[in-house]
Amino acid sequence: MDEADPIRLPELRVEGDRVTLCGDWTLRSLQPGLRRMRRQLDRVVQIPHWDLTAVGRLDNFGAQLLWRHWRERPPADLQAPDSIGRAIERVAALGAARPATRRRSLLAPVEALGEIGLGLVRHLIDFVALLGQLLIDLGYLSVRPGLWPLREISANIYKTGVKAMPVTALVGFLIGVVLSYLSALQLKAFGADIFIVNILGLGIIRELGPVLVSVLVAGRSGSAMTAQLGVMRVTEEIDALATMGISRHVRLVLPKVIALFVAMPLLVLWASAVAILGGMVSAYVQLDIGFLFFLQALPQAVPLPNLYIAIGKGAVFGMMIALVACHFGLRVKPNTESLSANTTASVVSAITMVILVDAVFAIATRGIGVPI
Amino acid sequence: MSVPVIQLEGIVTRFGHAVVHDGIDLTIPAGEVVSLVGGSGSGKTTLLREIVGLLTPTRGTVRLFGEDLHAGSRAAQARRRRRFGMLFQQGALFSAFNVFENVAFPLRELHGLSEREVRDAVMLKLALVELQPEHALLMPAELSGGMVKRVALARALALEPELLLLDEPTAGLDPDRSAAFVHLIQELQHQLGLTVVLVTHDLDTLAALSSRVAVLAEKRILVCDTLEHIMTIDHPFIERFFRSERSQRALARGMETA
Repeated sequence: MDEADPIRLPELRVEGDRVTLCGDWTLRSLQPGLRRMRRQLDRVVQIPHWDLTAVGRLDNFGAQLLWRHWRERPPADLQAPDSIGRAIERVAALGAARPATRRRSLLAPVEALGEIGLGLVRHLIDFVALLGQLLIDLGYLSVRPGLWPLREISANIYKTGVKAMPVTALVGFLIGVVLSYLSALQLKAFGADIFIVNILGLGIIRELGPVLVSVLVAGRSGSAMTAQLGVMRVTEEIDALATMGISRHVRLVLPKVIALFVAMPLLVLWASAVAILGGMVSAYVQLDIGFLFFLQALPQAVPLPNLYIAIGKGAVFGMMIALVACHFGLRVKPNTESLSANTTASVVSAITMVILVDAVFAIATRGIGVPI
Repeated sequence: MSVPVIQLEGIVTRFGHAVVHDGIDLTIPAGEVVSLVGGSGSGKTTLLREIVGLLTPTRGTVRLFGEDLHAGSRAAQARRRRRFGMLFQQGALFSAFNVFENVAFPLRELHGLSEREVRDAVMLKLALVELQPEHALLMPAELSGGMVKRVALARALALEPELLLLDEPTAGLDPDRSAAFVHLIQELQHQLGLTVVLVTHDLDTLAALSSRVAVLAEKRILVCDTLEHIMTIDHPFIERFFRSERSQRALARGMETA
């Protein structure tokens, strides 16, 4: 130990039927050699005479250690100065109360399973309730145009749409390059170079664009929405809104849903365009297909309905991401654990939902816009 | 025992262009209960945060137990930090842990205590702050304001500290509860021989607890002495803070409980 911090290490000496303790018996001084000291104490438990007059300091931890080894009874003959005696008395008086324990029953696993089932049902009910509340609010707002939270909607469009443009463009461009490069290798082998336009056009516009942007937006904006609502719950801001008579659904949820409903289709178009640009660059390098030719061939390869499908998917996915994010955000309980659990659940559920609904879209639109 | 617990030398704190402290010297010997008072925004909490190392002063040195807070190896620093406990204004309980786990956390971090020892130590601390065993399983969100403070105090005491720092210990408690809390701190201070530094606005608390009062005004420590002596000093801040009619009543009330 350093000089400014003099610790006298605890010592225990046995002379015949007398135990002498000296040094400091504090948590700090005991902790380094605790295991050894426990063993020593265990060996001398039966000895009746204890001399504590040479002990420097004794804190609660030291007193408890002794008290426990004495089996919660003072030894027959205990010599200790007043201050030390008081410390031991304090520990003895307060006793070692047991914390109340929750009883575990054999049915606990069944109960846990039931909890999961009921939890899912509660999620479903809450989600439907959220949806219903939004519809009611929309109805209410439709006859009172002055009450629309336009500022919030615009701010959300900027935050979730405009600010997401760089990252969606970067990811889109790179995906376009990679997809085009891999396809070009295969097509070259068959001499079917020209079909690169079909593969890229259909693949990116119809499928990849909407799903890719959804995953990015769910991770970027969905998590932010859940965290924001969650923190507002933790800091009681949501309760403050309620006391002012302001609906959290109108002020917090609706703007997010509308913002993503508007911004997502635009982001999908933007990301798809950049991805096709990436594909064009790669196709030019690999297959020597010129930009102009590519752009002229694109409308024939990809009929217009595909674009409508992409826009529709973007709007639906965007709304879903916002709804799922708000659903989980409003479920946050005022503690950190719940905040992190709900944010994770929000992103995972949003992405899963998007892919499920994408499959539904694929089946529902299987006859539309695919040239055979 | 001759080494002062806290030594502040020439502390200067600047946030941007705003000078908060301009040359603070303060020495607190072991066993004292020192209240830090000052007007709102005079940097009391900032000073407290500098003492525990959450903030670094722009200039000057902070010594705890005779050593620089950041001197020595990582292990030595950790050992030094375990010698003081801090009670935060809002309690700062870990909201994901229940009461028991909150108090047990610093003990478990020592590695080497048995589960039985941790349990006994935690239950003793809860008993010390007059909480019942059945409160041990409650989550912080389920506690009232007064209980949060008690649990936070139990956690601050978990490692048997020699120095206890209290940031507004009675803020947000009703007069009854704050009197009980002051009494509790007093008891613990007597029993465990702690050195206590507290920041407070509450004159009742101040009069009841402190053996000395450090007055923070004009960006430095104006005076650090017993309350009786401070009352005789002629200074506009002391005049306003201690000698207004309202303050006099509060101080008299506090003295009674002391």
